[in-house]
Amino acid sequence: MKLEYFSMLDRIATRDAETLVAEATLPDASPIFEGHFPGFPLLPGVLMIECMAQAGGWLMLARQNFARMPLLAKVGTAKLRGMLRPGARLSISARLTHDGSGYAVMAGRIDSDGQMAAEAEYTLRTLPFPDAALEALVRARGIELGLV
Amino acid sequence: MPTTYERIAAIIAETASVEPSRITPTAHVINDLGIDSLDFLDIVFAIDKEFGIKVPVEEWTEQVNAGTAPAEQFFVLGPLAERIDELVQGARGSKG
Repeated sequence: MKLEYFSMLDRIATRDAETLVAEATLPDASPIFEGHFPGFPLLPGVLMIECMAQAGGWLMLARQNFARMPLLAKVGTAKLRGMLRPGARLSISARLTHDGSGYAVMAGRIDSDGQMAAEAEYTLRTLPFPDAALEALVRARGIELGLV
Repeated sequence: MPTTYERIAAIIAETASVEPSRITPTAHVINDLGIDSLDFLDIVFAIDKEFGIKVPVEEWTEQVNAGTAPAEQFFVLGPLAERIDELVQGARGSKG
């Protein structure tokens, strides 16, 4: 994980047509932890949601063979149940609940140390990539993560 | 039993908080009702679930942008209800 680059996932562990599970380990140090909070570092809740959204995004990229770029459009419900500290190992999952035309509704969750740390229902909008260079970068990152 | 139009009107009123009196068969979803793209996405999701279909919004938008179909055919409520009926019938046909 590189929080300040919004690189939230380390590896895709499993994937099928409708689900994806990724793994990630929180860094021991990050500028984000310096501010959130001094002396009591925690992963901000918005970044928990980002973790889940990225897992769903990679699932949609795989389903559509990188033809479209997923973007977080809506967070319907979110429950942030646990506090995630530096060094925590995370299992981040996404499940497709509805595949619409130009959008997808997903259910996500984060587990750490055998406990559910967060869950959310969210919607991704899928759009054509703005340019070929970004598409290539995303493909390369997908290979690094073990998606393809 | 409510008609397709009435079911869609109810979805729009509830999902996008539109005053029911403003929802008419000749209303354009965006131009007349002021529904933005995110609310429209929610409405499409609700219609997908309500009717058990996948509204092909992307395909419709491409047709409008290419000039091969008028926007009114898809985004005015009366014609939209007709498109939904066609999709429902098509889904039934493909299952049968």
